[in-house]
Amino acid sequence: MSDEYKNQSSPLEAQSSETMSGSSNGSATDIDYVRPAELPEQDLYHGHSFITKWVFCQDAKIIGVQYFLTAVFTGIVGLILSWLMRLQLGYPDLVPFITAEHYYQFVTMHGMIMVVYFLTALFLGGFGNYLIPLMVGARDMVFPYVNMVSFWMFFIAVCVLMASFFVPGGPTGAGWTLYPPQAILPGSPGSGAGIILMLVSLSLFVIGFTMGGLNYIITILQARTRGMTLMRMPLTIWGIFTATALAMLAFPALLVSCIMMTLDKVLETSFFMPAILQAGEVLDYGGGSPVLFQHLFWFFGHPEVYIVALPAFGIVSDLISVHARKNIFGYRMMVWAIVGIGALSFFVWAHHMYVSGMNPWFGFFFATTTLIIAVPTALKVYNWIITLFRANIRMNTVMLFCLGFIVTFVNGGITGIFLGNVAVDIPLSDTYFVIAHFHMVMGIAPLMVIMGAVYHWFPLVTGRMLSEKLGKWHFWITFLGAYSIYFPMHYLGFIGVPRRYFEMYDSPYVASATGMNEFITLAALIVGASQLIFIYNIVASLRIGKPAGKNPWKANSLEWLTPDVPPTHGNWGDKLPIIYRWPYDFNVPGAKEDYITQTTPPSEVINAEVEKT
Amino acid sequence: MHAGFIFLAVIVGSVLFHIFTPWWWTDIASNWGAMDDTINLTFWIGGGVFILVCLFMVFCLLRYSYKEGRKVEYKPEDHKLEKILTIATTVGVIALLAPGLIVYNDYINTPKNALQIEVNAWQWGWQYRLPGEDGKLGTAKVININDDNPFGINLDDPNGKDDILIQSDVLHLKTDRPVKILLRSLDVLHNYYVPQFRAKMDAIPGIISYYWFEPNKVGEYEVLCAEYCGVGHYAMRAKVIVENESNYENWLNEQETFSDLIAKQGNDNLKTTLIAKSND
Repeated sequence: MSDEYKNQSSPLEAQSSETMSGSSNGSATDIDYVRPAELPEQDLYHGHSFITKWVFCQDAKIIGVQYFLTAVFTGIVGLILSWLMRLQLGYPDLVPFITAEHYYQFVTMHGMIMVVYFLTALFLGGFGNYLIPLMVGARDMVFPYVNMVSFWMFFIAVCVLMASFFVPGGPTGAGWTLYPPQAILPGSPGSGAGIILMLVSLSLFVIGFTMGGLNYIITILQARTRGMTLMRMPLTIWGIFTATALAMLAFPALLVSCIMMTLDKVLETSFFMPAILQAGEVLDYGGGSPVLFQHLFWFFGHPEVYIVALPAFGIVSDLISVHARKNIFGYRMMVWAIVGIGALSFFVWAHHMYVSGMNPWFGFFFATTTLIIAVPTALKVYNWIITLFRANIRMNTVMLFCLGFIVTFVNGGITGIFLGNVAVDIPLSDTYFVIAHFHMVMGIAPLMVIMGAVYHWFPLVTGRMLSEKLGKWHFWITFLGAYSIYFPMHYLGFIGVPRRYFEMYDSPYVASATGMNEFITLAALIVGASQLIFIYNIVASLRIGKPAGKNPWKANSLEWLTPDVPPTHGNWGDKLPIIYRWPYDFNVPGAKEDYITQTTPPSEVINAEVEKT
Repeated sequence: MHAGFIFLAVIVGSVLFHIFTPWWWTDIASNWGAMDDTINLTFWIGGGVFILVCLFMVFCLLRYSYKEGRKVEYKPEDHKLEKILTIATTVGVIALLAPGLIVYNDYINTPKNALQIEVNAWQWGWQYRLPGEDGKLGTAKVININDDNPFGINLDDPNGKDDILIQSDVLHLKTDRPVKILLRSLDVLHNYYVPQFRAKMDAIPGIISYYWFEPNKVGEYEVLCAEYCGVGHYAMRAKVIVENESNYENWLNEQETFSDLIAKQGNDNLKTTLIAKSND
C-alpha cells in the first residue's frame, strides 16, 4: 500500500512551499506536480466477524452511522418530551397527569438531550466520523480503536441518561443549566438519583467525546492526502475541525463542574453551596458560590453553541455551493470567519449571566465581545446569499433546507443581538423571547442543515436517492411549522411571560397569550408528526430508492470520488487520491462541464481559467 | 408554485404579524424608557437587515433557478465588496452597542437618593426589609434566622434594630423616588421581576445583588420570579403597589420594626442581648 512513499528519493524530508514554487525546482514546472507523501500509510484493522464489523467496529463510516442513529434516538425522546411540555402549556386540561414536577423534568431532559446528546453527537460524532476521512482523503481516522471506544462511551452515557427516567424520584428537573443550589436540593424534582445520573452521564459523554475529538483533529491535521492543503479543505471540514477544537477546550469546564457538583451532592462539600436555610433548617453547607458554577457552565455552554453551529455553517456552505453550481463566495474569509468565531466564542460566556448577580461591570466587556462576534457571523450570511447571486440554483430538497437555514439563522442571529446587548437583554432575559431566540438559531437552523445534509449524503451512504416528492413535503411542513412556532413566541417575551412556568394562572397581561399558546402547541404537534414522513422516506428509500450511481449531485469534493459507492472499508481501494484544487470549481469559464472534481489534474482541464486552486 | 414565492410570503407574513400583533410590551411604569428605546432601535436595524437579506435571497431564487446551460459567474473573491460589507456591519453593530452600554451604565449606577429595600426570597415566597430612621439596613446572615428573627439580622449591628420588617409579599413604593432593590436569597436562586418596570436581577444565596428603578405610575403590579427555583417557581408571585407619598407614609407607619417584633414576641434572651448590644 505504501509503494508510492517508497519510490520517493527522500521521502521523509519535509518540503517547504518555497521550494515548490521556485523555478529552480525542476518538478515545479510540471503543472500536475503535487508534493510527495511525507508519511507512510497506516495499516487498518480489518474486522471479519459480525461483531467486529458492525458492533465493535473500527471503521469511521460505520461509527458515524452508529453515532447518527443513537443521536437520532435521543432526539426522538427529546421531541416527545417537547410535545408533552407543549400540551401542558397549550391544553393543560387534556393532560391532567402532568404535574409541575413532571413538567420541569421534561424541560430539563429535553434541553440537555437536544443540545448535548442529539446535536453535538450528531454533527461531530455522526457527520464528523463519516465525512472527515472521506473528505480529506484518509483511509480512516488515525486511531480507529479509540474511535470505536468513543462511540461506546457515548452509548453508555446515553444509557445512563435514559436510566434516570426509571430511578426513584425520576430524572433531574433542575433545568438544563443544572444551576446549583437548586439542582441538588429537595425543592427540585429528581434531586436524588436523578441529578447524580445526569452528572455521571455528562462526565461519560465528555470522556467519550474527548477520544473522538482527538481523532478528528489529528486526522484532519496529519492524515490528509497528497495535495489536500488546509486551504483546499471543504468548509464542512473546517467547521467540524474548529468545532472539535472548541469542544476539546470547553468540555473540561463541564467535566470539572460535574465532578464538583457531584462532590457537593454526595460528600456535602461546598464548592457551589453557600449557607442555606431550607424548610426551616440550616443545611451543612457554607462558603461556596453558585455563581462560580454559572461561570464554569457557560464557559462550556457558550462555545457549545458554536460546537453545534460551526459544523452547520461548514456543511451548509458546501451544500449551497454544490446545488447552486457556483463556487462558495469568499472562501478564505469563510475559513477565517469560522476560526475567528470559534476563538471569540471563549470570551462571551457571561452574556448568559447579565442578570445573574455577577459583578455588574462585566456587562460592558461581555456585551462588547458578544457584538463583535456578530461581524464575522454576518459576513458568513452575506457570503451564502452572494453565492446564490448569478448562480444556477437547483431548487431541490437539499437547497430548500439550506434556504430554510438562512431564513431561520438570520432571524435567530438578529434576536441574538438583542440578547447580547446588555441593556436590551435585561427586560428580555428569562422570558419566552430567549426560548424563541435559541430555538430558532441553534434548534431549527442546525436541524435544517442536518436534514439537508441527510438528503445530500444519503445517496453516498446507502447508494440510493431519497424521494424528492416526500422530501419537499417534509421540508415545507417542517420549515413553515417551525417558523410559526418560534416567530410569534418572541412576542410572548415582549409581553414579559417568564420561561419555565408550569402554568401562568391569571396574570392579567398574559391572558391574551392563551390563544397563542394553543396555536404554538398545534404547530409543534404537526411539525413533530411530520418527521414521520422523513423517517418513512429514509426507510422506504433504503429498498426502493432510485439507485444513486457515482456522484449523483455532480459534486467536486472527495467523498463522492471513491472507487466503490457506497465507500468500503479503507475508502480508496489501492491508491490514495491526489488533490489538485479546492472543492468549489463549479462553472469555471473554459471548462467543458459545470464542475471540476478535486482529483482532476490541471492538464486535463487545460482551458479552464481557474482563479483559486 | 415556485419556492421563492413561498419564502417571500413568509417574509411578508412576518412583517404583517409585527404590524398587527396584539402582543406587545406592557405599558412601562418606571424610568427605564431608555431600555425600550434601545430595543426599538435594535428592532428597526435588525429587522431591516433580516428583510433585506431575505429579499435578496428570494430575488436570487426567482432570477437564477436552474436552467441547463445558464451562464454562471465565476468569481471566488471580491475584496472590495468584502471590505465594504465588513465596514458596514461594524458600523451597524457599533450603532447598536453604544446606546446599549450608555443605558447599562445608568442601570448599574444607583442614584444617591435611592431608597434601599431588601428583598428576601426563599422557596417559595418573598418578604421585605426597609431601613429605619437611621436610613441604614443592619447586616444579616442566614444562620441567624429563627422564628424570632425572620430576616437573620445580626444582633450586634445597631443599624438593624430599627429596620422595618414586612413579612408579607406585598410591597408598597412611592412614585418618583428611585429605589435600590437589594436581593437576598435564603436558599436557591430567584429573581424579582416586574415586567412593567423592565428591570430584573437574580437573588443568590450568600451574595447581595442589586438593581434600581424609579416607579412613576400609580398602580398594582404583579411580581414574577424570573429565575427557575424549583417546583414552585411558577407560583412564586408577589405584588407591588405604587402609590403617592401620603398613602405610602400611612402604610409605612403601620409596619413593625425589628425591636417592635422582639418586644411583641417576648423572647427574653433575644431582648436582653439586643438591649445589651445597643448599650455598648
